Amino acid sequence: MAKITYIEHSGKSHTIEVQNGLTVMEGAVQNNIPGIDADCGGSMACATCHVYVKEEWFNKLPKKEDGEEDMLDMAYEPNKFSRLSCQLTVSDNLEGLVVNLPVKQA
Amino acid sequence: MIDTDVLVVGAGPVGLFCVHQLGIIGLKCEVVDNLDKKGGQCIELYPDKPIYDIPAIPECTGEELTNNLIEQIKPFKTNFHLSDRVEKVKKENNNWLIRTIKGKEFKAFSIIIAGGVGSFEPRKFSLKECEKFEGKEIFYSVKDKKIFKNKTVSIFGGGDSALDWAIELSSSSNVKLIHRRDEFRGAQSSVDKVKQLEKQGKVEILTQYQLSSVEGGDKIKSIGIKNDDGNIKKIETNYVLGFFGLIMQLGPIANWGLNLDKKHIPVNTESYETNQKGIFAIGDICTYPGKVKLILSGFHEGALAARGSFKYARPDEKLRFEFSTTSKSIHERLGVKK
Repeated sequence: MAKITYIEHSGKSHTIEVQNGLTVMEGAVQNNIPGIDADCGGSMACATCHVYVKEEWFNKLPKKEDGEEDMLDMAYEPNKFSRLSCQLTVSDNLEGLVVNLPVKQA
Repeated sequence: MIDTDVLVVGAGPVGLFCVHQLGIIGLKCEVVDNLDKKGGQCIELYPDKPIYDIPAIPECTGEELTNNLIEQIKPFKTNFHLSDRVEKVKKENNNWLIRTIKGKEFKAFSIIIAGGVGSFEPRKFSLKECEKFEGKEIFYSVKDKKIFKNKTVSIFGGGDSALDWAIELSSSSNVKLIHRRDEFRGAQSSVDKVKQLEKQGKVEILTQYQLSSVEGGDKIKSIGIKNDDGNIKKIETNYVLGFFGLIMQLGPIANWGLNLDKKHIPVNTESYETNQKGIFAIGDICTYPGKVKLILSGFHEGALAARGSFKYARPDEKLRFEFSTTSKSIHERLGVKK
């Protein structure tokens, strides 16, 4: 279990407990957090679960695997702290993770 | 007006297999898809990625799966209307009248929507100012490359489309290739070619930049590009091309009077029929308790939606369940030679 905070672009914040093994994307979708579309369902094929990871967290996360950076090219306004939330698997190590959501996903 | 039994919307794997199931039970169908080829997400998003969960096929790529499905439905000689999109549907007596954006009209007893998560549309620049130049100086696909002759063209993107057009236009235009990071994801040979053109002074490559502003009155005069550190560079340009891949949009389906749950269409699990009688939804676009977005689930949904369509197309007949191993009529439909 890890407490994860999702901050909508409007500033509205949602902190929820996400089970280990789920992805940060699934945590959002299952809890109806607006702002993460995840059109492709987590197959890294759509870039609509894009989040900005808070700077202090960015380097603590597992590195991007092949293909994630390619998909981020297509995300809406990516920056150097961009990740696809479907590629972030929740574990105890992610306790306290904060992600910001873009204005929109596409 | 094309008369048919069933109109299938979407030529992805689930739509293709549904054509098979309709053919097996003797129903005719026509298929409309927004893409210029069959295969849907399998061909557009992951043609080379292996799929490991198709029953009895330990491993195949999106392209192989598509090709096999196309092979499997060959006997039915189905018409595909590609690069077109169903715009309007209207109920008239016992039929559905269907009209596409290209103006094609169909009359069918039922409609089976196998639309994935909607139709693919190009991703656009996020800047609002871009809208007024879209289709005039800002494009997301190239229809007439002659307009770029002897002009400055700023191409954004890091994939094959961006690279290919940078190469193609470099012979007769002043090309700038702008990408948000140093690595390009297109084919290595194209990346090499572009780098070579850069050395020859035929393409200017600007990486770690994204579009930040567009200036101009009637026509674009210049654009601003910004890197992660906030540095802005101004570029005078006549045209801007953006290649950021495709995004799925539900599109006109949202206006067909169907119940929607987020971007999905609720269906019953007996025949995958929607709240509109005679409109079925299968594959990723449909939802019901326990729905799993697997291709194999879509195949099952298609088999049942095809049978659900039978009562609309042949109201006076009873559908007999038959096995493809033994049924003479199925063999005839498949053109199996004894």
